[in-house]
Amino acid sequence: MTLDYAIFLISAAVAVFGATMMIMQRNPVASVLYLILSLVAQAVVYVQLGALFLGAILIVVYAGAILVLFLFVIMLLNLRSNPELSASLPPLGWFTKVAVPVLMVVELYFVVDRVIWPPVPTGIVGKNPDFGSVETVATMMFTDYMYPLQLTGVLLLVAVVGAVVIARRESAEPRKTTASPDNRNEQPIDTVAG
Amino acid sequence: MVDYVSTVNPDFSLIAPELALLIAASLVMVFIPWRRMPVLAPGIIMVGFIAAFAYALGQWGHQSSGFAGMVTCDNFGVMFKLIFIVASVLSILLIGQYMKSRGIDKPEFFVLIAISAIGMMAMANTTDLVVMFIGLEVMSLPLYVLAGFNRRSLESNEAGIKYFLMGAFATAFLLMGIAFIYGASGTTNLRQVVTDFNYIAAGRGMYLYAGVAMIMIGFGFKVGAVPFHAWIPDVYHGAPTPVTAFFSVAPKAAAVAVLLRIFLYGFADVALVTKAFWILAVLTMTIGNILALRQDNVKRMLAYSSIAHAGYILVAITVGTQEAISAAIFYVVAYTFFNLGAFAIIALLETRMGAQSEFSELAGLSKSAPWIAVLLAVFMFALSGFPPTVGFFGKFYIFRAAVESNFITLAVIGVLNSFLSVYYYLRVVKTCYFDDVTEAQKPVFVPATVGLALIITTFGTIGLGLFPQQLLDFTRQAIFAFL
Amino acid sequence: MLEMILITAVKVFMVLSAVLTACAYSTYLERKVVAHMQHRVGPLYAGPYGLLQPLADAVKLAFKEDLVPDNVERVTYALAPVASFVPAILIFAVVPFSNGFTWFGYDIPGVISDLNIGVLYIFAMTSLGVYGIVLAGWSSPSKYSMMGAIRSSAQMISYEISYGLSIIGILIIGNTLSLTEIVAQQAAESWVFFGNWYIVKQPLGFLLYITCAIAETNRAPFDLPEAESELVGGYHTEYSSMRFSMFFIAEYAYMLGVAAVGATLFLGGWNGPFLPPVIWFLIKVFLFMFLYIWLRATFPRFRYDQLMQFGWKVLFPLAIANTMGTAVWVVLSGQ
Repeated sequence: MTLDYAIFLISAAVAVFGATMMIMQRNPVASVLYLILSLVAQAVVYVQLGALFLGAILIVVYAGAILVLFLFVIMLLNLRSNPELSASLPPLGWFTKVAVPVLMVVELYFVVDRVIWPPVPTGIVGKNPDFGSVETVATMMFTDYMYPLQLTGVLLLVAVVGAVVIARRESAEPRKTTASPDNRNEQPIDTVAG
Repeated sequence: MVDYVSTVNPDFSLIAPELALLIAASLVMVFIPWRRMPVLAPGIIMVGFIAAFAYALGQWGHQSSGFAGMVTCDNFGVMFKLIFIVASVLSILLIGQYMKSRGIDKPEFFVLIAISAIGMMAMANTTDLVVMFIGLEVMSLPLYVLAGFNRRSLESNEAGIKYFLMGAFATAFLLMGIAFIYGASGTTNLRQVVTDFNYIAAGRGMYLYAGVAMIMIGFGFKVGAVPFHAWIPDVYHGAPTPVTAFFSVAPKAAAVAVLLRIFLYGFADVALVTKAFWILAVLTMTIGNILALRQDNVKRMLAYSSIAHAGYILVAITVGTQEAISAAIFYVVAYTFFNLGAFAIIALLETRMGAQSEFSELAGLSKSAPWIAVLLAVFMFALSGFPPTVGFFGKFYIFRAAVESNFITLAVIGVLNSFLSVYYYLRVVKTCYFDDVTEAQKPVFVPATVGLALIITTFGTIGLGLFPQQLLDFTRQAIFAFL
Repeated sequence: MLEMILITAVKVFMVLSAVLTACAYSTYLERKVVAHMQHRVGPLYAGPYGLLQPLADAVKLAFKEDLVPDNVERVTYALAPVASFVPAILIFAVVPFSNGFTWFGYDIPGVISDLNIGVLYIFAMTSLGVYGIVLAGWSSPSKYSMMGAIRSSAQMISYEISYGLSIIGILIIGNTLSLTEIVAQQAAESWVFFGNWYIVKQPLGFLLYITCAIAETNRAPFDLPEAESELVGGYHTEYSSMRFSMFFIAEYAYMLGVAAVGATLFLGGWNGPFLPPVIWFLIKVFLFMFLYIWLRATFPRFRYDQLMQFGWKVLFPLAIANTMGTAVWVVLSGQ
C-alpha cells in the first residue's frame, strides 16, 4: 500500500462520509458543512489524479462561493434545526432513506463487476504531463468546447434575467416603510445588491 | 500558438437562427429600462423570430457540422427549429391580453421565451450530449421563471418551485447518465458513439446501459412520460395559461427531438431501449387518459391530456422505424397547432374577470360566443383524433407504422386509449353546447393578436388535415439526412 | 524522501512561527502607529517602548474565563474560530519569501510549496475565509453577531469578484499561475530595480487589489462586519478568551497573507538590490501593513449601501475594464 493509495482511500472515505452525513442532518447548516467537507475531500482526489485546476476550481467555486450563498440564505431565513422535518416523514420515508441507497450501491456493484475492464487507455492519466493543467483545460475550452462555453454564457445571462424577474419588487406592491431614504426613487435598487 | 479559427471552424450560418433570437433578446434587455415598451418589446422579439424562421428555412437541405463537431445542421434539426419558432410565436401572440388582465405584463417575458427557444434550438441542432445538456438548461431555466411569473398567485409560485425542483432532479439523472456514457465511450459525441458502438458495447456495456437508462429518466421527466409525470398537472395548472400553452408544446417537442436523436441514432443498437420505451409508452398513454377523465378543470384536463399525447409520440419512438420517426415528427407538428389552439381559447376565456377555467364556466358558451365555441369544438375534435382534422392523421400514421413493424399490441392499446380520450374531450363540447347556463355569461372580447393566433392554429388544424400527405413528405425529408 | 519531509516540516514550522509573531507585533504596530497619528504614545509600560505588550495581551486573554452563552449552536460555535484561522494561515504555504538558500548541503527553495496553480490556491483559501465569520454569526444567539455575519458574507462575496479580477491582468501578462514564476518575471534588468515590477505595468490593478484586499479582510474603512459603533463587536460579539483571540489572530494573519500576496504579485516579491531577499520581502509586507493602519487611522467607515454600490458599480466595472484593456494590450503588442 503506497502513500498515494492511502491518501486516496482516506479522502474517498471522507467524501462519502461527508455526503452521507449531509443528507442525514436535520440542521441545514450542518448539512452545508458536511457538504463542504465532502467537496474538499473530492478536491484532494482530483489533485491526486493530476487535475490540479479542477481541484482548485472545485474549492473556489463550490466551497468558496456557492455554499457561502447557501449559508447566507439559511441565515437570512434563520433556519434552525427542525425536528418536525424528520417527524413528518412517513414510515415509507425510512424505507427510501435506507433502501434506495443500498439498492444503488448493489446496482453499482453489479455495474462495476460486470465490466470487462479494458487496458488503461494510454495518454489520459499519468502519461501526459500536461493533463489537467490550466493550459490544457483552457485550450480545450476555447477550441473543442467553444460552442458549449458560449451557450453557458447564454445560460448565465438568462439566470440573471430570471432572478431579477422573480426578485424584483413590483411597482404595484406597497413599499415597505422602513426602506432607507435612498430607496425612494422609482427604480428599485435591491436588484443590484443581491 | 494554436490556430483557433481553423480548429474551431466557427461557421456562423449553422447557428444563424439562434443568433438572430439572441440579438433580439439582448436588444429588448437593453431597452427594458425605458419601461414604456408594450409595443417595442414584442415587436423586436417578433422581428427576431421572423428572422430566425427565415434563416432556419435557409438551412433546409444543407447538411454540415461545425464548431469542432458540436453543431450539426441537418433537416431534422431545422424541422424542429421551425416547430419551436411557431410555438413560441403563437404563445407570444396569446400573451399580451392575458398578462394585462392579470397585471403582470413585463417585457422580460419576451426575453425569457426567446432564450428558451435558443436552448431548444441548441438541443435539436447537435449530436453532442454536452451541448444537449446545456441547451436543456438554457431551455429550462426560463421555463421555471415563466411558471412562477405571476408572483401574486400562490398557485403560480407553487408551479415555479415544483417545476424547478423536479427539473433539477431530472437534470441530476441526465448528467449522471451522460457521465456514464462518457465513462463507457470516452466521448460525448453521439457520432463517435455510433462509430465505436461495437467496441464500447463489448467492453463496457453495463456502463452504457446505466447511462442510457439515466438519460432516459432525465428526458422522461421533460417529456412527461408516466412514472415521471407527477409535476405536470400542478405546473400546467398553476402557470399563467399562455405560458402553459408554451410548456405543453415547445419543451416537449425539444425533448422529443433529443429522444429521437439519442435513442434512434446514438443508441439505436441498445436492445433494451425498445422494451423500456414500450412500457413507458403504454403507461403514459393509459394513465394520462384515465386521470384526465376525472378532472373538473379544463386546464388540468389538458395537462393530463398532454401526458397522454406524449404517450402517443413514445409509441412512435418505440417502433423506431423510418416511417415511425416521420410519423412522430408529423404528430409533433400537428399537436403544436391543435394544442396551442385549445390553450389559446382557454387563455382567452380566462381574461374575463374571475375566470378559473372550470368546466362549469364553459356552459352556454355557444350562445355568448358562438364562434369561439365552434373553434373550441374543432380543437377538441382534433385532440381526440377525429378524421377531418390533422389529429386523426397524426395518430393514424403512428399506429400504421406500429402495425407495419408488428407492434400490434401497442397499436391496439393506443387505439383503445384514443377512444377513451374521446369522452373527456367531447365533455368540453357538450358543456359548451348543451349544459344549462347557471349564471349570465360575460361577453368574450377577442383582441387582434389572439385572433391571429386562432386563425393560424385553425388553419394548421384543418388545412393540414386536408392535405396530410404534403406534411408527411416534408417530415420524411426531415429524417432523410438523420438516419 | 524522509529528508524532504523533514526539510518541509522545518520550513512549515519556521514560517508558522514567523507569521504568528508577525501577527502579534502587527497589533503592537497598529496601536503604536494609530496612537502617534492621534498624538498619543500608545503602549509604553510592558518592556522597553512597550515591546512586550503583545505578550502581555496574550497572557491576559489566555487567563480570561471562556464564556459560552446559552442557546449557542455548540459545534459550529466551537468550529468558527478555527475555520477563520486555518485558511488565513494556509495562504503562506505558496508565498515565496526568498530565492532559496543552501543549508547543510541541501538546496532549499524559498517557498514551502511551489504550486503551479498558486494563484488559484490563494483564491481558494481567501474564499474559504468567510466561513469562520458566517458560522460565528450564525451560531451565536445574538442579533449583533447575525448582522455582522450577514454583512460580512455579502461584502466578501461581492468584493471577491473584483479581488480576483484585479489579479487577472498579471496572469495575462505573465502567462503563469505560479507565484515563483511571477516573482522571477519581476527580477531587475537594469539599474531601475523596480522597472519590471507589476505595479508599473498594472497600476490600476494594484489599486483595485489594495481596495478589494482591505474589503476582503474586513478592515477599515470597510470594517462593517465589526463596526463597533453599531454592532458592538460584530460577528465575534459573543466570543471571549482564547476563542476571541483566535479571531483576532486570524484577522491579522489574513491581513498579513493578503499583504504578502500583494507584495509578491505587484512589488516584485523578494526582488531588490543590496539587501538579502528575505529582508526585501519583509520590507514590502511591512509597507502593506503600514498602509492598512494608515488607512484605518485616516478614513471614516463606509455606509453599508455605499459599500455595496462602490463594490458593484465602481470596482467591478473598473476591474473588468482593466482585464479587457490588458488583454487587448497584450494581443496588440504581440507578446
